[in-house]
Amino acid sequence: MVTAAVDKPDVQTIWGWLDEVPDPEIPVISVVDLGIIRHVHWDGDTLEVAITPTYSGCPATSIINLDVETALRNRGLTDIRLTRKLSPPWTTDWLTTKGAAKLEAYGIAPPSPAGGPSQCPCCQSNKVERVSQFGSTPCKAHWRCLSCLEPFDYFKCI
Amino acid sequence: MSEALVQTLLRLGDNTLVLGHRVSEWCGKAPVLEEDIALANTALDLIGQTQMWLGYAAEVEGAGRSADDLAMLRDVWDFRNILMVERPNLDFGHTIMRQFLFDAWHRDLLGALTLSSDPRVAEIAAKAVKEATYHLDRSAETVIALGDGTEESHTRMQTALDLLWPYTGEMFHADATDAQMVAEGIAPDPAGLRAAWLARVTATMAEATLALPQDDFAHKGGRTGKQHTEHLGHLLTQMQWLQRAYPGAQW
Repeated sequence: MVTAAVDKPDVQTIWGWLDEVPDPEIPVISVVDLGIIRHVHWDGDTLEVAITPTYSGCPATSIINLDVETALRNRGLTDIRLTRKLSPPWTTDWLTTKGAAKLEAYGIAPPSPAGGPSQCPCCQSNKVERVSQFGSTPCKAHWRCLSCLEPFDYFKCI
Repeated sequence: MSEALVQTLLRLGDNTLVLGHRVSEWCGKAPVLEEDIALANTALDLIGQTQMWLGYAAEVEGAGRSADDLAMLRDVWDFRNILMVERPNLDFGHTIMRQFLFDAWHRDLLGALTLSSDPRVAEIAAKAVKEATYHLDRSAETVIALGDGTEESHTRMQTALDLLWPYTGEMFHADATDAQMVAEGIAPDPAGLRAAWLARVTATMAEATLALPQDDFAHKGGRTGKQHTEHLGHLLTQMQWLQRAYPGAQW
């Protein structure tokens, strides 16, 4: 029997599915929000998804690949190829506007071109100071608010 | 296969591997929590960069070895890191001073490598230079805070600088491998990086109220593999023991 043509969902639909895959370290945003999915396309019957690492040593990278693959398999896709795309290097400029808003609502100050958070994500005060350039994950720095005294994470700009 | 390119990639990857391992030794016992996290994050970046450099070295070598094989199954004489990074951590001041002297050079080296004629080298460097830039921001800031800190911290930082100084010259020492890389446009001449590095170090030490040593004697032998210090072998017994005791073990 001749195999029926594989039902190939369009790329836009797949982007929508990937937008439901949470980042393992910051589950409030998706891997699409984070800007690490660089392209999605069909190579014949194989779906190719290119992913870029945030930081070169980020231990979440292999979990992200696993989560992306699992999500696509759960949607019935079996012929999947994940590739690692190093260039151009990831930048926080690729974080979506929706992602930045979700980060802030979650209590993580989104990256700001000024090099530091514009306000405290808890009380919106702009009296904030840096505690350390390194936070709980490679992509975050540790800050505190001098008004409400809450410590908070700031998503570093790179 | 280009032997000079493999050697160059090993030099890059072994520097980040050995320094990354050394810095990771602080994990769980740095003076304060923030510094513990910062050191662990720095180590993580360096190990991540190692995976890229050694991964490419293994590919170019074409002998069927992986980045893990290169990291975990080579012995002392096969390592190509500069001697400075294999030195024991000693105290926190020495660790931070070594990091600064390394970062100030590493950032410029990676910056130059982003222009490499080898596109793989250029893309790895473009990724790594972003990390090296904030490593340098932090180590410079900390050297200044400790150098221009208390009498105790000042003395320790001066001692660290005096101890480390003879190990800095190796970063700028060029050999035939470097000459070939320069000719092929793959990597910059190490000697050419010295002036900018010295200017940066001089300015930071002035701010840190530390005196720059005047002697320019340099210990060498790490990046050629001719003569490592006795410390590297001890480091490898820690770093490699699992793969040595249980070959091929995975998790």
